[in-house]
Amino acid sequence: MDISALIALIIVFIMLSSALCVLFLPNMIAAVMASSVISLSLTIIFALLKAPDVAMTEAAIGAGLGSLILAIGLKRLNYFNIESHQSNVSGTDPGQ
Amino acid sequence: MTHFANYLTTYLTTEIILYTGAIGLLVIGLLGLLVLKNIFRLLLSLVIFESGANLFLVLSGFRANGIAPILTSTQENMSQLVMNDPVPQALVLTAIVIGVGIQALALSLIIKIYQRYRTLDMNEIHRKLEQDIAGISQSTPLASQEQPLYLYQKNSLVQNNEGEK
Repeated sequence: MDISALIALIIVFIMLSSALCVLFLPNMIAAVMASSVISLSLTIIFALLKAPDVAMTEAAIGAGLGSLILAIGLKRLNYFNIESHQSNVSGTDPGQ
Repeated sequence: MTHFANYLTTYLTTEIILYTGAIGLLVIGLLGLLVLKNIFRLLLSLVIFESGANLFLVLSGFRANGIAPILTSTQENMSQLVMNDPVPQALVLTAIVIGVGIQALALSLIIKIYQRYRTLDMNEIHRKLEQDIAGISQSTPLASQEQPLYLYQKNSLVQNNEGEK
């Protein structure tokens, strides 16, 4: 196993675990942060796959602009509070 | 144990690990799209699904000892150099930008839904939407077979509708 396979193994583990975090974390800010972590680890994978242009675009637009848009949306949806432990299962949300 | 380590080093290449990651992202995104109730979380799992598809496309153009698709070869070493396929990379470059556009559009629709109904739960939105349609068309809301019974046991829908009349 060479070094790139080792890096890929670690990055894929981080990526999949943060993808599960997006689905199941109760706090919405943490979920958006986890989706940003997915984009950043995807950047490293694209650089590993010898696709530097795709990596630059993913870092600038996917991780930067996408997370910014989602954070602005959180502000509008009244999800922008750090100490909320609301679950989406019961159908309640802090805006009410 | 050494046999197992040997097996790992022989078959666990970068490509196989990354294919596992891409398929894992696709599966997790599809799972989220199917089971979740909050529509903002549906948007997040759509983003995950998109990332998995992008990774899969770039992986399909990957070659084991390839270089980045930039024309650096001269006449002498032209035949020895192997490039990755640049066509899926260009496709993914476009798909990332369009993905952010889709994300922004979906988020704006979610914000409009939230301003109108003050909730993000899918079942709640469906119930209120049906109530709205019934109020506009001056009829009682249709009893869907898929809706849970407690809505009609509390008799909330019919009473609200009659109160509007």
